[in-house]
Amino acid sequence: MTTIDNYRTNVENQWCPGCPNFGIQTALKRTLAELGLAPHEVCLVSGIGQAAKLPHYVRANVFNGLHGRAIPAAIGVHVANPALKTIVTSGDGDLYGEGGNHLLHAFRRNPDITVVVHDNRIYALTKGQGSPTTPRGEKTRLQFDGVEIDPAQMLATAIVHGCTFVARGFAGDIEGLAEILQRGIAHRGLALIDVIQPCITWGRQPIAWYRERIVPIPEDHDPTDRDRAIGLALDAVDSFPIGVLYEIPSGPTFAASYRDRVGNRPLHELERLDRPTIEEKLDRFIVRT
Amino acid sequence: MERSIFVTGAAGEGIQTIGDVVARCFLVHGYPVFSTQEFESRIRGGNSSVRLRVSEEARNAPCTTADLLLALNPVAREHYADALHSDGLLISSDTPTDGGNHVEVPFVSLATEHGGQEIYANAVAAGALCAAVGLPFSVLEAVLASAFAARGEETVRANVAAARAGFDCAGSALGGRAPAETPKRDASYAYASAHEAIPLAAAAAGCRFISAYPMSPSTGIITAFTRDADLGVFAEQAEDEIAAINMALGASAAGARAMTATSGGGFALMAEGISLAGMIETPIVILLAQRPGPATGLPTRTAQEDLLFAIRAGHGEFPRAVLAPSDPQEAIELTVRAFDLADRYQTPVILLTDQYLADSRFSLERLMLPAKIPAAHLADPTDFTDYARYAPTESGISPRLAFGQGDHVVCLDSDEHTPEGHITEDLRVTRPAAVAKRLEKERHLRSEIRPPSSERIDDAERMLIGWGSTKGAIAEAVDRLRSEGRKVGALHFAELWPLPSLDPPKGAQLWTVEGNATGQFAQLLRSQLGWSIEGTIGRSDGLPIDAQFILERMS
Repeated sequence: MTTIDNYRTNVENQWCPGCPNFGIQTALKRTLAELGLAPHEVCLVSGIGQAAKLPHYVRANVFNGLHGRAIPAAIGVHVANPALKTIVTSGDGDLYGEGGNHLLHAFRRNPDITVVVHDNRIYALTKGQGSPTTPRGEKTRLQFDGVEIDPAQMLATAIVHGCTFVARGFAGDIEGLAEILQRGIAHRGLALIDVIQPCITWGRQPIAWYRERIVPIPEDHDPTDRDRAIGLALDAVDSFPIGVLYEIPSGPTFAASYRDRVGNRPLHELERLDRPTIEEKLDRFIVRT
Repeated sequence: MERSIFVTGAAGEGIQTIGDVVARCFLVHGYPVFSTQEFESRIRGGNSSVRLRVSEEARNAPCTTADLLLALNPVAREHYADALHSDGLLISSDTPTDGGNHVEVPFVSLATEHGGQEIYANAVAAGALCAAVGLPFSVLEAVLASAFAARGEETVRANVAAARAGFDCAGSALGGRAPAETPKRDASYAYASAHEAIPLAAAAAGCRFISAYPMSPSTGIITAFTRDADLGVFAEQAEDEIAAINMALGASAAGARAMTATSGGGFALMAEGISLAGMIETPIVILLAQRPGPATGLPTRTAQEDLLFAIRAGHGEFPRAVLAPSDPQEAIELTVRAFDLADRYQTPVILLTDQYLADSRFSLERLMLPAKIPAAHLADPTDFTDYARYAPTESGISPRLAFGQGDHVVCLDSDEHTPEGHITEDLRVTRPAAVAKRLEKERHLRSEIRPPSSERIDDAERMLIGWGSTKGAIAEAVDRLRSEGRKVGALHFAELWPLPSLDPPKGAQLWTVEGNATGQFAQLLRSQLGWSIEGTIGRSDGLPIDAQFILERMS
């Protein structure tokens, strides 16, 4: 049986003591154990930043790639081996900023992966510059007079672009987050989970400020109601509705038609095309009538 | 017998179809054809040409003058007039004011009259060309029937009728100037470009994944995989070249043999991904089809300007191989080799081609796979109790498992990492060992890089050194110089990096011949091998290097 202990690593943790990233890490381990996934069945993919170090602290396959490029790498992993549970865990700067274009097109492709965004609304590892989700007007260590542009609305963007599972979680609520992660990982198709993860070093507001403003999504919310879901996504200004905003059954996932042709085995296990087949194709270049 | 035929016109007028039909006529008649294309970066209009070089022995190198010029419109006739030999024949729909050896064929009106529609003007032109080169009409008829069979009987009939009209019109206009019928030869040839051959070689080598962003002249590579689903290669048009290389690396890390293809600008965007491949030691083959830069440069023309960029692209220090084929057969061999080297050394391998290799069709006896196609090099998961992705070894090459092989976990990290693949800042032991490991792989890789091929070097007083696509042109230049009694030889490199140590040829003055203005390979030979290079015959106008160009620069 898989337990949370199976996911322990002995890698020295580089996060600030007390960082809400630890909450995300615990919720993720708990979710993987509850789903009965063994570490070798999971592939964690990340970019660069403090959040992107999470894969080192959870025993699993790891692709800790380039800043902003977790999504394309995860898509490649998923195409090559669809049996793996591929989960992207990275920050808002990484996934919404440097890699925003990839995320936008990932919604369109709909690979069967889960994207967990550690959204601390700041660039923390580079010591406090504005991120794509920093509120307008907030003073940072680069925008001294306050950020002068509006934050990105990626959850609403996801819904508009056909993402079939969109949720918001709170790193300070491990239990609630684990529930959302479980639903997201079980969802077929791309699941986007934005996790509010207050930065205790550079953030302008303490965790308590967020805790006061966290509200559950109304019980009567129908997660297939696209317009209402977009409303809840855009609503996160003075309070933060937490839960699954949007969930509909997914159409075909990325590479489905290719997999219909070649089956679901990992690509490296497929037989190579035999020599005569290629030779026959090469001989078609010989011009005869 | 040697003929050079230029088919010229505007983009959208169908010169490629005409060129292809006439080339196939010669080929089925037993004559090898070499064809090049030059065109402008536009969808309609401008000036473009398809150039056929027909001979009895294959001459796979560009020719720059025509003995037969077919112009579909007056602008093309004027634009290409200088390329026609003084005693060459012009076929066009209007009469030039200066007269000359000329045949007038009203392509469009004959097409309407005999084919029923203007679009059959191409068939009229092909008919006229066949009459002018002495190919029997039955050959053209057979080629048209097979080329248009899929579009139905009516299309074939109309094409044949229009072609017959062009053939007869040119035949009667030529009168006594008409050539004797070209005798049929008992020979057949594979007629293909390097970029047509490479996807098949990739599939044979076990490639299962390509992600690429369309960019001339590389787009044909990914298209070949989507066109032929039987190859079983997953092909995705990425949102940009950054995504393309990162997707391919993700797939490769999960065990798929993966590649991408691009040109200079896209390759620039891939530079960080190339460095990533070096750091996480994950195989990838990158096809870089060169075109003239900087920046957007000349999108549809050819160059060899990205050699030093290919060798240096990517920050930090890590091994890579750079291979540059010269023709479709060598492209097949080097594609298979690229996948093998990438897999064995767990590092990026760059296949360096160019627009000339992408768009020129060569005549070769046939295209063959290498005798042996190496197997993949993934490790056996049952060999390990505790697996560390970057376990130290003598060669620097660690046994590679893909994600999901056995019940091990595989950790890849773009940060400097421990043998287990976890982030570290241990500068005392781990970092120096990791640097040494990566560079040790380069030492081994260098030892299996193959030396250049040589031609007539024994008594050579002057040596022409080339790489990649210029081989045919240089060989022809050497032949012509030898026939004038000049002691010239050639060295040609297909494997460019990491350059193994090699003694310079003794007693000869060394010149590189390159499609760039700064002598990039000469710089390498000087800096890496210490060779004394006299100078460079460089071409940077966007056209392929041809024998005549080399001869003019040497005199």
